[in-house]
Amino acid sequence: MTESDVAVVGFAQAPNVRATHGTTNGVEMLVPVFDELLDGTGLSKKDIGFWCSGSSDYLAGRAFSFIAAIDAIGAFPPINESHVEMDAAWALYEAWVKIRTGEVDTALVYGFGKSSAGELRRTLAMQLDPYFVAPLWPDSIAVAGLQARLGLESGLFGEEQMAQVAARSRADARQNPNAQVSGEERVADLLEQPYVADPLRAHDCAPITDGASAVLLASADRARELRDRPAWITGLEHRIESAQLGGRDLTASPSTSDAAGAAGAAGVEVAELHAPFSHQELLLRAAIGLDDSVRISPSGGALCGNPMFAAGLSRIGEAAGRVWSGEAGKVLAHATSGPALQQNLVCVMEG
Amino acid sequence: MGKQIAAVLGTGQTRHASRRTDVSMAGLCREAVDRAMADAGVGWADVDAVVVGKAPDLFEGVMMPELMLADALGANGKPMLRVHTAGSVGGSTANVAASLVQGGVHRRVLAVSFEKQSESNAMWALSIMPPFSMPVGAGAGGYFAPHVRSYIRRSGAPEHIGAMVAVKDRLNGSKNPWAHVRQSDLTVESVLASQVLWDPIRYDETCPSSDGACAIVLGDETAAAAAAGPVAWIHATAMRTEPTTFAGRDQVNPQAGRDAAAALWKQAGITDPLAEIDVAEIYVPFSWFEPMWLENLGFAEEGSGWRLTEAGETAIGGRLPINPSGGVLSSNPIGASGMLRFAEAAMQVMKRAGDHQVDGARTALGHAYGGGSQYFSMWVVGSDRPGVR
Repeated sequence: MTESDVAVVGFAQAPNVRATHGTTNGVEMLVPVFDELLDGTGLSKKDIGFWCSGSSDYLAGRAFSFIAAIDAIGAFPPINESHVEMDAAWALYEAWVKIRTGEVDTALVYGFGKSSAGELRRTLAMQLDPYFVAPLWPDSIAVAGLQARLGLESGLFGEEQMAQVAARSRADARQNPNAQVSGEERVADLLEQPYVADPLRAHDCAPITDGASAVLLASADRARELRDRPAWITGLEHRIESAQLGGRDLTASPSTSDAAGAAGAAGVEVAELHAPFSHQELLLRAAIGLDDSVRISPSGGALCGNPMFAAGLSRIGEAAGRVWSGEAGKVLAHATSGPALQQNLVCVMEG
Repeated sequence: MGKQIAAVLGTGQTRHASRRTDVSMAGLCREAVDRAMADAGVGWADVDAVVVGKAPDLFEGVMMPELMLADALGANGKPMLRVHTAGSVGGSTANVAASLVQGGVHRRVLAVSFEKQSESNAMWALSIMPPFSMPVGAGAGGYFAPHVRSYIRRSGAPEHIGAMVAVKDRLNGSKNPWAHVRQSDLTVESVLASQVLWDPIRYDETCPSSDGACAIVLGDETAAAAAAGPVAWIHATAMRTEPTTFAGRDQVNPQAGRDAAAALWKQAGITDPLAEIDVAEIYVPFSWFEPMWLENLGFAEEGSGWRLTEAGETAIGGRLPINPSGGVLSSNPIGASGMLRFAEAAMQVMKRAGDHQVDGARTALGHAYGGGSQYFSMWVVGSDRPGVR
């Protein structure tokens, strides 16, 4: 075991689907996820020392949407709780810090998003500079397309490599019962498909997904009680870059490189990357320095299901699962937020 | 490993006003940040991480505005977290920033919170009716007025208590150069003569809608030792949450607030809060919440909080001065309002509160609440290191 103080000991997720039947905030998806997570560890909600969630009011189209999730927990007696308006991977970061203070020894982290409640591409345009950029309503896929085009024209990758990412992801997702998209595709066939936002084709873009996921963290002593082979967090780092799309090099991801370096990414065997676009996986692999021997996103990754505000957390849960099973000794999970990989988190775990 | 000691090294806030059309959101935040960093005597290279807090994104109409604020907040290349816990968020943001130091992750952390309510319409943002949720449709005042009526019925408090709080807080606010509403001429009679907005809440007993920001710089023991001036040591932090509604929920004296206060006092080693706390900044957006929170926090027995208020004990010079800054009743940039309470508590024990300084303040409470009185965040800060108090 590696010297560490906090481990990932539980993970559950809702099926990644195009649209759930639940109400607009999507918290109904959480109820079975909490049940599955707690049942798997033998804990009850009263045993949880700290709760932290990630979600977005804009996705739900209402103020204080995360408050509804408190009902899904059934938070009485009252709970020690916090929330980030970010992907829940950052809620996991806050919970990891909380355990490190010694105040609590378990934390349940969850994220949820019902992208089908609105028009996701238009909603995401509201993330851009409200004074000079957002009024032009740049579509989120068009922004990613600019990044892909720059990558292609600077010779970093070709359209065929992008299609290979999509084909591999879908093939892997056949083993993932929660995946939204899966199947066998020939790269040549994918390259025959029309552009959605040149140079991006439909398979280069994550599907619009409703979903939720939850992860259980525990301090060293509790982790050993809860799981035979906990996934010890040996590095957890995140960084942000400028929001000005013209003010940074969109073909590199220095925030990912810095986070991966600080988290100790060298030597990982499996990497779950939160890449909602095929070219972003290629950029991330280069930024982290992953060579061809590293197994990338065996879950199928975000291209096969991208529940907003839960997908990054799911990467951590999926990567931890490879440690629990003994399949890997050192794994990496990555989460991203903001347009064109503006903000990135890297979590390194070891068995 | 284990908990590290953390301290507030400096605080900063903006001038608060209904409409700060002279600045963007970035400019507003930067005004508070620059003041906090100057107060702490730190430069950008000293800041290891940034924590941003604000209330709903719909209040400004920007999704996750912290993303576009990264440049202005000097966060590029650093970790940045965005906290959102409804109206308690300013306090939660300070607590999360403190935990980054207490968890041994960072040496110095910049926490900033803001609301620029003039960019959108908060009343509208709070009045969207999603399916199967209880409609409010009348803003926060309409939601909280029944709780106030219930408090008056249960406690037998006389009608003038709310007016007394309003007069006190606005008088205090008139001594605070950053306050939005600065009135030194209110009287109990004039407040009682102002229009009833939501029975029994009158116009002069309500908070304004403000544009404003607050920032604090926190540090570990080494950073505190290097600070030029006195620091505010963090003795305890607490946060608790409960659901908005269910049969049997006590909305006048919520369990989550009582639990948070109990955890806070225990962590701070306080057994008699009224005797051991020298000054309190508590979240009072409508004047009647002062006596209600006095009871919820354990300063007074249930049903008797109003007696402390009526006796003048919560004014500067009383046993427990509450809101010497003027409080939320004098400035209410929602996302920042909680952090303003936390920062004002720190300013008091650092002896940097200017004209509203409470003499002899060594231990102070910062308090915030949010949602339907269901989110609570609090901290206790002191002039002395934790344990020494």
